[in-house]
Amino acid sequence: MAVQSKVDQESIDLMAHLMRRAGFGADRDELERRAAVGYEATVDELLNPQGQRADRQHFLRYHPGFRRPVTSPGMGGSAWLYDMMHTELPLEEKMVLFWHQIFATGQSKVDHWHELIAQIDMFREKGMGNYRDMLVALAQNPAMIYWLDNCDNHKSGVNENWGRELLELFSMGVGNYTETDVFECSRAFTGWTIGTVPPRNYYSRFDWDFEYQEEDHDHGEKTFLGQTGNFNGEDIIDIICQQPATAEFIARHLYNFFVADEPQVPAWSVTPPKDPKAIETLAKTFTKFNYDIRSVLRVLFLSDFFKDARFTKIKSPAEVVVGTLRLVGQDKLPPPGIGDLSKQTGYMGQELLNPPSVEGWHTGVEWINSGSLMKRINFVADMLGDISRPGVQRIVARLQAQGNLGPEELVDRCLELVGPIKAGAATHEQLVEHSAQGGELKWDTEKDVAASTARVGELLQLIASVKEFQYS
Amino acid sequence: MATNKKDPVLVVLQLSGGNDYLNTVVPYGDGLYQDARPVVGFTEDQVLPIDGGLGLNPAMGPLKGMYDQGNMAIIHGVGYPDSPRSHFRSMDIWHTCEPETLGTEGWLGLATRDLDPRKENIVTTVSFGPSLFRALVLPGVPVACVDDLESYGLLTGISGEKQREQILDRFSRMYAPEMGNDVVTEYLGQTGLEAMKGADILKVAPETYSSSIEYAETTIAQKLRGIAQVHLAGLGTRIFYCDHGSFDSHSNQAGMHATLWSDVSQAITDFFADLREHDAADNVIMLLFSEFGRRVRDNGSGTDHGAAGAAFVIGNAIKGGQYGEYPSRKSEDLQQGDLVPNMDFRGLYTTVLEDWLGLDAKPIVKGNFEAPRFT
Repeated sequence: MAVQSKVDQESIDLMAHLMRRAGFGADRDELERRAAVGYEATVDELLNPQGQRADRQHFLRYHPGFRRPVTSPGMGGSAWLYDMMHTELPLEEKMVLFWHQIFATGQSKVDHWHELIAQIDMFREKGMGNYRDMLVALAQNPAMIYWLDNCDNHKSGVNENWGRELLELFSMGVGNYTETDVFECSRAFTGWTIGTVPPRNYYSRFDWDFEYQEEDHDHGEKTFLGQTGNFNGEDIIDIICQQPATAEFIARHLYNFFVADEPQVPAWSVTPPKDPKAIETLAKTFTKFNYDIRSVLRVLFLSDFFKDARFTKIKSPAEVVVGTLRLVGQDKLPPPGIGDLSKQTGYMGQELLNPPSVEGWHTGVEWINSGSLMKRINFVADMLGDISRPGVQRIVARLQAQGNLGPEELVDRCLELVGPIKAGAATHEQLVEHSAQGGELKWDTEKDVAASTARVGELLQLIASVKEFQYS
Repeated sequence: MATNKKDPVLVVLQLSGGNDYLNTVVPYGDGLYQDARPVVGFTEDQVLPIDGGLGLNPAMGPLKGMYDQGNMAIIHGVGYPDSPRSHFRSMDIWHTCEPETLGTEGWLGLATRDLDPRKENIVTTVSFGPSLFRALVLPGVPVACVDDLESYGLLTGISGEKQREQILDRFSRMYAPEMGNDVVTEYLGQTGLEAMKGADILKVAPETYSSSIEYAETTIAQKLRGIAQVHLAGLGTRIFYCDHGSFDSHSNQAGMHATLWSDVSQAITDFFADLREHDAADNVIMLLFSEFGRRVRDNGSGTDHGAAGAAFVIGNAIKGGQYGEYPSRKSEDLQQGDLVPNMDFRGLYTTVLEDWLGLDAKPIVKGNFEAPRFT
């Protein structure tokens, strides 16, 4: 039912904000349920969730090809899309997306979906835990080792790819280390490579395992960030974690992902943060709690700078697609077209599991160009306009329960039910004018119901195209 | 056909990832090169020899043909001082001509503004691919961003032509500029309107196109085919942009670099053949650049990030040959093991902007730089 008091409306709005950022949005039923539990309790539940992950076995039962998708395009992406659509642990899955956007690893080179999904699964296990453990797991992750050529990093021939990106993109950022540090860091990771496990089936690819080849490791002395010793990879990661630059780097990433759009990473060495105090708070928490991500997230979600940051971010393509799919509701069985669905984010400029480069994607307003905006609008309009979808039917049922509605009431209720979305004056005026062409929305007869349902579908398509929909 | 068909047109092909200069224009006769490249080096009998003791990568056969016909300029030693050796920072610098601070204005965004100051044609600049490169970004300046010409259109899922028209009419009102909008909302509004109008303009391109050229199925060939379609439709587009990669050959360089150049060379040759077939090649030049070159010494499998690189400019209007000097490979002349740039990329841009597009380059590249005059 419509929430009556102002206080309740505020807690719904705040909860919607939290769920858009810490998850992939929530429909009205879930927002009301969670608002009744309370904000802080919801934050704690998201951080220490009790629900179920998406059932991978259920997915596999209907898409057995995914067991070893070889190089079939779309299938690898489908499995993760299915996870995001069906998880009951939205923050856990959102953190998977967070790490994927930072530790961006791509099929274009790895050419092995199974290993990419194994990396995604690792992010799910460790994404809210300790950042140091995450870096070690990342350094030992076969897809990452192959992606950044650490399997070609030898005592006799140092390959700097992993060593450089670990410092530049995964921990400290440009400007906080020298070229010598890159080289010494790379030496410390010599011998960190992959072994292959022969497949059971002749048509499969080999699985990869992390393998430490001691004989190929450079055991000599290294000087890294001013410290000298016979360092191995884990020592390097320990030294990285001690750097104030690392705490600030992670804080800035979390702020950019959860709070408000920042300039892109390569600019961080020359552009100060938007909200230095917020970054300082997050960085201090990171250090104080010994690099525990969950502790930083709790401080972030309970902060005023987070609560006040509503509609200040442009949704990423993954947020657009997953948020829309969760809103319109799912078929019980994984749909046959899930491979096509999983390509949608790519059409919008974010091909999951296949970033344009190790830098990942340019986010924020850079998600938007004439082509990508078109794809976003078209996809959401197709979904929200499909009145056969269970989530759209729930929206219709809620409207019907409120009886006959005037044109403006109809617009306002619809904006509430797909968001709430705060429409600007021009948008609101056009929506109401459009709605007024159909007069009052009636549910009196069966004919009314059919006509009104179709009208709601059409209005939802128009709402899908408004500028305000692009904001999170 | 459009009246401005013969206006000069620039196509930029960005080689993303850091193309290995030394293995693209190979100083095969230099013992220092041979010593530094025990694994990925080329010998004299492998390269496609050009003048000056240099040879092109063996996979560049089709481009060698264009070079021999005098239609390709090789620009040596391109870069800028103090390369950060970061793909992303370096690409930003190339895109904005701002090596010190974070640039927000792309050099081709500025060029687009100067080519069409009254914004009369929203397809003056067209980018192919799902993302918009910063080189093209300038607040208020339209750039059409096309992934696939055939499916380019707004709210195409709405059934009923009249209904769709009504919805698009609402859309154009909702996206109209409004007082008091913040920058991002203003940008969204402008982009939405461009998407709507651009789709109507661009959809004619594949409809009116026919050609005897059969492009390869590679992504770069398909992008260049799309560019050819839009160019041949005579829509007044002056700047096209696309990229190909990844040239980040840290590992297994030999096969990967060969495939990249083979695909790129073939696609470019087909593109120009297509334009020639339609008598539409004379007013088109293509610029190829990469964010940096790669380290002189190989790492046993590939090459790590370096500094100076090579750029290429191709077209009938180009005075072919080599410009600038190949940087020294002597160890005392290297910086951190890398070739030192001796040709500022902003000089290269200056030639393109002034001599080709007829614009004032100085405010765009932010200074005076020695310019290789290849047109």
